[in-house]
Amino acid sequence: MNWNWDYFWESVPLLLEGLLVTLELTVLGSAVAYVLGLVFALVRRARIPVLSQLMYLFIEVVRSTPLLIQVFIVFYLLWPALGITPSAFVTGVIALGIHYATYTSEVYRAGIEAVPKGQWEAARALSLPRGRVWTGIILPQAVPRVVPALGNYMISMFKETPLLISIGVLDVLNRAKEQGAETFQVIEPYTLAGILFLLISYPSSILVRRLESRVGQL
Amino acid sequence: MSDSTSNIISTILSGLGTTVYATVGGIALTIVLALIAGLAMLSRSRTVRFVSRVYVEGFRGTSEVVQLFWLFFVLPALVGFKLVPLFAGIIVLGLNHGAYGAEIVRGAVQSVPRAQREGAVALSFSPAQRMFRVILPQAVVEMLPPFNNLFIQLMKSTALLYFISAGEITEKGELLRPVYGSQLVLIYGVELLCYLAIAVVITMIMRALERVLARRLGREPPKRERAWARAGAPG
Repeated sequence: MNWNWDYFWESVPLLLEGLLVTLELTVLGSAVAYVLGLVFALVRRARIPVLSQLMYLFIEVVRSTPLLIQVFIVFYLLWPALGITPSAFVTGVIALGIHYATYTSEVYRAGIEAVPKGQWEAARALSLPRGRVWTGIILPQAVPRVVPALGNYMISMFKETPLLISIGVLDVLNRAKEQGAETFQVIEPYTLAGILFLLISYPSSILVRRLESRVGQL
Repeated sequence: MSDSTSNIISTILSGLGTTVYATVGGIALTIVLALIAGLAMLSRSRTVRFVSRVYVEGFRGTSEVVQLFWLFFVLPALVGFKLVPLFAGIIVLGLNHGAYGAEIVRGAVQSVPRAQREGAVALSFSPAQRMFRVILPQAVVEMLPPFNNLFIQLMKSTALLYFISAGEITEKGELLRPVYGSQLVLIYGVELLCYLAIAVVITMIMRALERVLARRLGREPPKRERAWARAGAPG
């Protein structure tokens, strides 16, 4: 074993740059997943013939198959088919966002179902328009309950971003790989990559756990 | 069926074996590690609890891809020998999902009603008898649905073995891509179908186990559901 502390510290700035990319991917991917997940949940709930069933099928297929292949499909199949060439970063955000939207849609569904029946009945009794019922009554009660679950998905997304190395996104892991390829010393950068992940995801999961216990008291 | 079509399908299917080995091996290691770490987290000894906590949080806190890179590229530099890709993959899949499984085991054991434990004490069972004859058989039934999700998660993670060239489905597909660029729909379609099929098989086995074990405990067996209707969470 030949651990070199100087080299370890030398790698820090480059990997921190990569970490910034990883965090951007996570935040933007989550934003897509949170919005799209709600859309998926509402489409499934709307019971529109064919469309709702197709939505269900789509969600199950995406949930049961690897994210890595979905990234390849978006990058090599979908973009050329649409005739556009977004960057690897954008591909990552979209693929992560769609993949995790299938999970968050289930979360929203559970949250919506947890809203007491009386709330629906009261809304009907007041003969509020449909849009108002959702935005004014149901969603404000459903969404806060599911915030911890959504937070958990953000953490798992954070830990899955390194697979975007496959299409060349310059995240933490790819920076570590670059560094290692340049100097033929892989121990320090890869170890540092692991430490950086732990430094972010462990405190975040404690935070989410705390949020969970607070929501549990609602 | 044209030549290229059959070539594509047979090439992808040639990776199916590796994917299945990685899945089954990973699941076996996951079960062992989850049981050990899960029970260790409930131990009376502070040290045992601390060690299992470090394992669980360490693997849950770092990325699976990073763990794979570390084991495959760093370990040889440290200890001087390289693991066979499939073997390295199974170890990482097992270690990673074992950490998630440990929490499932811990939660399930804790959910067994107190009275069961007290009853076993009243019958003057030894602590080992109490665990293996009273607590665990009931806890296992609780563990099955979350383990089903975990195993499907693991199965999906086998695609990451692409990074260490283990020769599984995803890698086979990517080798085909430059050659059969006009047939990407077929390539990715076959890949997705393979993974879907394995996921459905895993769910079917777990559902069958659930019914058998529930009946053994004298409980109402769960209703038959569609094979891929599950409510779950990724790691």
